Amino acid sequence: MKLDTTIAIEARNIAKSFGNTPVLKGVSLAARKGEAVAIIGASGSGKSTFLRCLNLLEVPDLGEVHANGERITIGPGGQPPARARIERIRRSVAMVFQGFNLWHHMTVLGNVIEAPIHVHGRPRAEAIEEARALLAKVGLTHRADAYPSQISGGEQQRAAIARALAVHPSVILFDEPTSALDPELRGEVLATIQALASEGRTMIIVTHEMAFARDVSARTVFFCEGRIEEEGASAALFASPKSPRLQQFLESFRPGGFTADRQEASFSR
Amino acid sequence: MTIGLALTTLPFGLAFALAAALAKDSNRAWLRGLGEAYTTIFRGLPELLTLLLIYYGAQILSRKLATATGLPIDLNLSPFWAGVAALSLVFGAYASEVLLAALHGVERGQIEAARSFGMSPRLAFRRVIAPQMLRMALPGLGNNWLSLLKDTSLVSVVALNDLLRMSWVAEQRTRRPFEFYAIACVLYLLMTALSTLAIARAEKVAGRGWKGPE
Repeated sequence: MKLDTTIAIEARNIAKSFGNTPVLKGVSLAARKGEAVAIIGASGSGKSTFLRCLNLLEVPDLGEVHANGERITIGPGGQPPARARIERIRRSVAMVFQGFNLWHHMTVLGNVIEAPIHVHGRPRAEAIEEARALLAKVGLTHRADAYPSQISGGEQQRAAIARALAVHPSVILFDEPTSALDPELRGEVLATIQALASEGRTMIIVTHEMAFARDVSARTVFFCEGRIEEEGASAALFASPKSPRLQQFLESFRPGGFTADRQEASFSR
Repeated sequence: MTIGLALTTLPFGLAFALAAALAKDSNRAWLRGLGEAYTTIFRGLPELLTLLLIYYGAQILSRKLATATGLPIDLNLSPFWAGVAALSLVFGAYASEVLLAALHGVERGQIEAARSFGMSPRLAFRRVIAPQMLRMALPGLGNNWLSLLKDTSLVSVVALNDLLRMSWVAEQRTRRPFEFYAIACVLYLLMTALSTLAIARAEKVAGRGWKGPE
C-alpha cells in the first residue's frame, strides 16, 4: 500500500478490551499534517484509551497504527509488536498528560532537555538553547530552574507542553490537558494550545472543554461507547449536531443544563 | 578494619538488593520465587550462622571438590572475604525490601511519561525510576547501613581483627574489660554518628524537587 504523505498519524480499526469490557470497538482516525483534531465524548466513551493507543501506551487488541514511517499492525492472535518499532513511533508522537507527569526530580529545564538529549541524542548545549526558547514561548522563562513541585498546575502543564515541543514531534497528543486544573488556571493552558494550533501544528486533543474544542480544531470527533458516533468540521458539528446522542451530550454542557459530566471532568484524577 | 569491611560489603550488598528487588517485581514466576527464597533464607538465618556456614562451608566444599576431581582447587575464603560474602548477602536481603517498596512508590505517570517519549525500559529506569527510588529508599538504606556497620563485629568470631575483637584481645591482656569495651562503644557510636550525618546529606540531595525552595 502506498503511504499517504499528507497524513501525520493514522489509526485503523482499533479494538481494545479491558478484561471482558470492550472499550474500543473498531475506531479509525487520521490526522493530516497541520491539522488539529478534537475528540469529545462522555467519560468512559473510550476517547482517552484511543489516544493512548496512538502512541501504544495501550497496545490495541486489534488494529493498525501508522506514524513516522512505521506501521504497526496487530491481527487476531498476533504477536505483540516489537519494542523497537513502538519506540520509533513514540519518538515522533509527543504526549501531554492530564496529570502533567513532569519528572519530579528534574527542574523545568531538565524536563525539557531530557528526551532531546537522551532519546534523540542531541548535543546538550543545543538542547538547552532550544529549551530556553520553548520555555519563553510558553511564558516560563523565569521558571526554568524551578522544580515541578514549586510551580502552579497551569505552569506545570505549560512546561509539559514545552517538553513535548522539544522533541520536534510530528503530532502532539493532548489527553484532557486541563481536566486536573482549577478553573482559573485553565485559560493559560488553553491559550498556549490555541497558539500552537494557529502555528499549524498537528494535534489530537481529547477534551471536556466544548468551546475550546470548537475553536481550536478544524475537525471534531464525537466518541460514544467505544465508537465514533459522529465527526465533521468543528463549526458545523457544534452548530448542528446530527445524531441524537451528540445533541444530548452537547445539551448537557449548556448553561442550566445537566452538568454531571462536566463536574466529573473537573474532579476526575 | 571494621570500616573497610563495611565499605567493601556495601556495593555487593546493594547489587544483591537491586537484583533481588527487580526479581521480586518481575513478571516471571520463577524469578519472583528465586527472589522470595533469597530474602526468606537470609533474613531468616541469624547473621552469625550465615557467616559460619560460608566460612567453614567454603573450606569443606573446596576439600571435597579437590578430593573428588583430584585438582588443586582452593576455595578457602579469608575471614575478610567470608565476612564480605555473608554480610552482603544479609544486607542485600533486607535492603531488597526497601528497594522494592521504593520501586512501587514511583508513580505510574512518571514511568509512562518516560516511555511515551520513546525511552527504552532500561533508559527509563536509569533516568527516571532509579533517581526517584533512591529518594524513597535512602532512609531505609541508612538503617541497613548502620546494621551492617555493627554486624561487622560478628567476623571477630572467624578471627578477623575487627574493632570488637581488638577490644577483646586488649581486655585479655590487661584484665581491664570495661575500659576497652567502653572505647569500642565510643568508636562504634562515632562511626554511626558520622554515617547518620552523611545519610542526611544524601537524603537532602536526593530529595531535590520534593521540598520547598532550596
